[in-house]
Amino acid sequence: MIGVFSYLVFFATTASILAIAVLGLNLQWGNTGLFNGGVVAFFGAGAYGTLILGGTAQAGHLGGFGLFYPLALLGGMAAAGLMAWIVGLLTLRLRHDYLAIATFGVAVAFENLMRNAEWLAGGAKGVRGFERPLRAALGDGFIYNLFFFVVVLLILIATYMFLERLVASPFGRLLRAIREDEEAARSLGKNPARIRLMAFVTGSVILGLAGGLYGTFYAFVSPQDVLPTLTFQIWAMLIVGGAGNNRGAIFGAFLIWGAWTLSGWALSRFAPVDVQLYTGSVQFILIGSVIVGMLMWRPQGFLPERLVVSQRGKPQQMQQGE
Amino acid sequence: MADPILQAHGVTAGYVPDLPILRDVSLAVPPAQITLIIGPNGAGKSTLIKAIAGLLPVSAGQITFQGSDITGLRTDQLTAHGIAYVPQTDNIFRSLTIRQNLDLALRRAGVDAPARLAGVFDQFPALAAKQRDKAGALSGGQRQFLAIAMALATAPQLILMDEPSAGLSPKAAQEVLEHARMLTGQGVSILLVEQNVNQALRLADHCYILAEGRNQIDGPAADLRDNKVVGEIYLGNRRVGAT
Amino acid sequence: MIQHLLDGVLTGSYLSLGAIGLTLVMHILRFANFSHAELLSLGAYVALVCDALVSGLAPFLAVKLAPLSLTGSLIIAILISMVLTGLSALLIDRLVFKRVREKGQELSMVFASFGMALIIRNVIGLIFGLSPALYSRDIAFAVILSRDPLILVKPDQIFVLIAALALMFILHLILSRTTFGYSLRAVAENPSLAQVNGVNLQRTIMAVWLIGGGLAAVAGVFYGISHQLIPVMGRDLVLPIFAATIVGGIGSVYGAVLGGFIVGIAANISLVILPSGYTPSVPFLLILVVLMIRPHGLFGEARA
Ligand SMILES: Nc1ncnc2c1ncn2[C@@H]1O[C@H](COP(=O)(O)OP(=O)(O)OP(=O)(O)O)[C@@H](O)[C@H]1O
Ligand SMILES: [Mg+2]
Repeated sequence: MIGVFSYLVFFATTASILAIAVLGLNLQWGNTGLFNGGVVAFFGAGAYGTLILGGTAQAGHLGGFGLFYPLALLGGMAAAGLMAWIVGLLTLRLRHDYLAIATFGVAVAFENLMRNAEWLAGGAKGVRGFERPLRAALGDGFIYNLFFFVVVLLILIATYMFLERLVASPFGRLLRAIREDEEAARSLGKNPARIRLMAFVTGSVILGLAGGLYGTFYAFVSPQDVLPTLTFQIWAMLIVGGAGNNRGAIFGAFLIWGAWTLSGWALSRFAPVDVQLYTGSVQFILIGSVIVGMLMWRPQGFLPERLVVSQRGKPQQMQQGE
Repeated sequence: MADPILQAHGVTAGYVPDLPILRDVSLAVPPAQITLIIGPNGAGKSTLIKAIAGLLPVSAGQITFQGSDITGLRTDQLTAHGIAYVPQTDNIFRSLTIRQNLDLALRRAGVDAPARLAGVFDQFPALAAKQRDKAGALSGGQRQFLAIAMALATAPQLILMDEPSAGLSPKAAQEVLEHARMLTGQGVSILLVEQNVNQALRLADHCYILAEGRNQIDGPAADLRDNKVVGEIYLGNRRVGAT
Repeated sequence: MIQHLLDGVLTGSYLSLGAIGLTLVMHILRFANFSHAELLSLGAYVALVCDALVSGLAPFLAVKLAPLSLTGSLIIAILISMVLTGLSALLIDRLVFKRVREKGQELSMVFASFGMALIIRNVIGLIFGLSPALYSRDIAFAVILSRDPLILVKPDQIFVLIAALALMFILHLILSRTTFGYSLRAVAENPSLAQVNGVNLQRTIMAVWLIGGGLAAVAGVFYGISHQLIPVMGRDLVLPIFAATIVGGIGSVYGAVLGGFIVGIAANISLVILPSGYTPSVPFLLILVVLMIRPHGLFGEARA
């Protein structure tokens, strides 16, 4: 019984971390219409950043700064944000294809760099030697995992609330205005490129946060964690849940992560051994079909974007709250 | 009077669904005449022309050409039917040479192509001399002539011209308009949008005034030139509603 | 160094062929098609199957055309694959992209293309297995062009280069001499004006998919001849061909050709200064450099 429960905690922790990532992507794609083809790079920057900054001294590569954990996590987020800022600065003035291609390129180059640059982050062996915060007090067992889950859940809720306020604020309206009609937004005297850059960087920082938590959870990160697969999964979560809707993003994260885990389990359990080599291929076909199918038949996702109608009512109060 | 070659009945059209720019607009273009549309900026003149040319969806009303319904036909089908359109801006392919622009327009001409090309070069000798130049390198007036030449190359019965004299020197503008007049002598009908109201009214046969997406007044061009209200509103460059 | 330059030119020849179709689709349909590289793998594997069929039906075609390792049946297979891959590109557009487009979700096209890429790539993997395949099992011996410095080249590679250049030249003739070519360029520059001049937009889009798919098939086979066939080859080719389109300027066919060679040469020359593990990052670095100094590429124009 405790086994099932402990598995559920493990599952929920991973799903919540991914949900945070999906929220970050939702700010970029759902609210602002920015295509991020390299989600995993920003996620990975958060993970690597946190582990390198917060870890113990390592032979042969950068790291061992042993920073106070929250600072390390913030550092990881900053790394993701910095990367987003550079890419955004170069591409967000141009037509949208450029951002799509450049972010995709970032992900390829990031994985490539992490795999090859041993001096930087251990190369293919990855970054180890990270001490999970409060481990001394809570131990390694179930209690620690439960504690960590609660922390992740709180961060997820905080991120959700932050984003809900953000999209209801005048800034959020501006993001949608730019997404719908860039020319009109420009004629209002706004600089769309700058505002998109802000949204892109903010979203990437959230992706970095998710990555940092992920790295902390496993106390280890390697190039295997920053493969394009994760990008596809996070997209599918957002598209299925409903781009533009933060609740949809969280719902999609749990649904798709559940389906992914289940399909992997079912394939490994019931498929003949010689087919198991192709588990990955089958899962990729499934996820590709989910993305394409949703776009063709239900592009708004299961929880569609609720368009904020009122300009004076509730959002006004929220502005004061900020 | 002969039957109109083109008729629009109660046309409603716009760029996005449920947001009509034109409402219930009607007009008739008699054969071998210049029919003029004038109106303040943003009145919907270009929108009307684009709707006729099949570039915008018509949500209500009907457009007929030579008696048959052409509402909803694709632009390239209309071209094949004999309707040519000279847009207000971006009306030539800058990356193609002048000759290539014309060859493109002549694509459906078949065996007539050489004769038509020769005819076009006769009318616009300046283009003949620059055949191999990139069209993007032409001056404003020459560009306008190339655009008209491309329209003529399709051997149209009707040409829709959207402000062909915009941005030209007074002399070049006059030339373009006179050329339009000359074309009616060859049996071509013209639906012309113009900001050069004085000049255009002198050349045109009939004139429609459009404002805020609706028909306002229409009548023979000569009458409208003398009409006091029209003179005040449009010829004195005063906006509608200002009176 | 000269050897790297030569290898770069050879790499460039198939990258260029891949980039031509991509740049046209990106320009005319206005989306970054991440599934274009899968057309290369599709074309390569279709040719593999056709090669087996043709040499089975007509064994006399299965002899090598010395000094190449290429057989007559493979050449016929390439032609069949061009047609089939072009038709597949058309079919994918009909079934998927066109529907997404018509739902008014233009921005989502890029997602759909990623989804399609995953599906195509992994279906190929399921059908043909994950291990590499070859068109010819014979070892092709390299010819020594020079001993000092040592420069080696395989006859097949020379064939690939010449055939790629010939295809590009044919495309150039079509674009610069035929009214069909003018109509393609016209649609690329200004689709509604093209329609005004009697060009049927739907048919032009179909032609673009056919051409893009056909050239992708050749590019895929040439990749397969130069290296080997693997189901995930699209994954490794997608960034280089995107880089070629950006270097050349999105929408420019000539830019794509030049961009393909630049990317190929840069990736090979980089071996002189960087460990070979970093080669996959080179296209990305090139993209960054272009975006910094000449965002619209060598021949591209600003367009919203
Ligand atoms: N592509 C477009 N999308 C949406 N609205 C448009 C578009 N083009 C024009 N409009 C709107 O349609 C209305 C009519 O524009 P139109 O171009 O028809 O005016 P016009 O009479 O030709 O003016 P002008 O004399 O300046 O050429 C304007 O309010 C304009 O803002
Ligand atoms: Mg106008």
